[in-house]
Amino acid sequence: MSVINQSNRGTYTLFKKEVLRFWRVAFQTVASPVLTALLYLLIFSHVLEGRVHVYESVPYTAFLIPGLIMMSLLQNAFANSSSSLIQSKVMGNIIFILLTPLSYLQFYIALLGAAMVRGLFVGLAIYLVALFFVTLPIAHLGWILAFAVLGSALLGTFGIIAGIWADKFDQMAAFQNFVIMPLTFLSGVFYSIHSLPSFWQTVSKFNPFFYMIDGFRYGFFGKGDVSPWVSIAVVFAFLLVLALVCLKMLKSGYKLRA
Amino acid sequence: MMSSAIQIKQVHKYFGQLHALKGVDLTIPQGEFFGLLGPNGAGKSTLINILAGLLKPSSGNASIMGHDVVQDYQAARMALGVVPQELVFDPFFNVREMLRFQAGYFGRGRENDAWVDEILEGLGLTDKAHTNMRKLSGGMKRRALIAQALAHKPPVIVLDEPTAGVDVELRQMLWAFIKKLNQEGHTIILTTHYLEEAETLCSRVAMMKQGEIVALDSTSNLLNKFAGKNLRLTLGNSPLPASLRSMLKSGDNGVYMLALSELTQMEFALSELRKANVSIEDMQLIEPDLEDVFMALVGSKQGIKA
Repeated sequence: MSVINQSNRGTYTLFKKEVLRFWRVAFQTVASPVLTALLYLLIFSHVLEGRVHVYESVPYTAFLIPGLIMMSLLQNAFANSSSSLIQSKVMGNIIFILLTPLSYLQFYIALLGAAMVRGLFVGLAIYLVALFFVTLPIAHLGWILAFAVLGSALLGTFGIIAGIWADKFDQMAAFQNFVIMPLTFLSGVFYSIHSLPSFWQTVSKFNPFFYMIDGFRYGFFGKGDVSPWVSIAVVFAFLLVLALVCLKMLKSGYKLRA
Repeated sequence: MMSSAIQIKQVHKYFGQLHALKGVDLTIPQGEFFGLLGPNGAGKSTLINILAGLLKPSSGNASIMGHDVVQDYQAARMALGVVPQELVFDPFFNVREMLRFQAGYFGRGRENDAWVDEILEGLGLTDKAHTNMRKLSGGMKRRALIAQALAHKPPVIVLDEPTAGVDVELRQMLWAFIKKLNQEGHTIILTTHYLEEAETLCSRVAMMKQGEIVALDSTSNLLNKFAGKNLRLTLGNSPLPASLRSMLKSGDNGVYMLALSELTQMEFALSELRKANVSIEDMQLIEPDLEDVFMALVGSKQGIKA
């Protein structure tokens, strides 16, 4: 067997292990975020349907769904890589990976790939369930896929960074509750930023999550708060920066190899 | 020329102010059963972690089967299997799955399954193959840990205190399996606190103290060089003549242990006893063991977990 095949098999094995890791506990990692999103949908749409008009001719429930899908997709991509890393660090079994010939790039690709699979899978599941409640148009499938893929990659990478950085579950929970949650909730999942006072509109434009959700929503309705080209550029730039930071951390062995 | 299994040249490691390894040189030829001994904190694990790529040397270099552990780390790690000291496991998978994954990281696929079966058999894990790692007993987890290190069939195997807290039955089974691997050509490096284990298994031994190798020789040479035989005398109520006090290693209740650096000292001891009119109730010549070598070199029994 050639060296290239061998190393591909190594990457694939780690990817497969990471996917199976969340799939074995799918109730917690897939079913539970789908249920949570569904509860948001039922409550918010029940309370706000007919009272909030975001875009002309788009009912609030339909408006809400792409935001909920993207929010869950992002949170789950983050949760997968970060919790896998922090668990294997705390339990010590990360040594089984560190002893292998896998390079830092292979490690990144495998963990990121699994994080993206979980994020995209959860997103797709919410979409399919939501179809029972509302008809959703698809204006530009290309934008939907582009934002889903880039968004899951961005948060998957962010999760690897957090997982390497955190030494305890406590730090990871803080990261999730004080960084990821506020950024997702304040990104326009439940509202259009045009309904905000101008100060908060400006603040929202510094939140990368806003661009992921707005661009994703554009794919469904053909309407958004900003141009999808601006959004994709921002998301891509963020992904690039985080990927470089992440790869640099992995290459240096930061907190993994002394 | 056939490359050495392990070659370590002038390896230093600093942890902040702490100089943990002070220029270690060590060559281990292929096929050897090698023992690395020393008290806690001597630097054994640091040295192993450098070989495994878990730590980077501050200076110097190390190679496995001719592959530098930093420059050519992928080939070096391919050739190495390390059994970690800590009892760690992945709670999501069963034993066979873990072994398949572990082999897969090294590029091995289903063709490796026969070898995985052999490891399971050799370590008595066959009927636990489908048991989740979480549900294994401590001893079984230890076996699974060893199996994981062997999954990619590495030519060089490092066992970092594999028998700490392991019962006698498992220890014997484990050694039988490791000896078989050694006979098949695998190089084995063992760190242990159990000196008698190193004595029976290892053909060569290095002893470490405070980041340095203080002795490196074949087990038999070390025993001859550093540990003379001991003479155990039972003298009843008579005291030990003063002239023999300098040879005394230990003594109570009229039983004295004298250290003999040479056998001719026995003649001297006996003549002194005769001169002092002391009658000998019992006398025994005791062979040295690695513990004596260890004591002679490391100086203190502290840090040795018996």
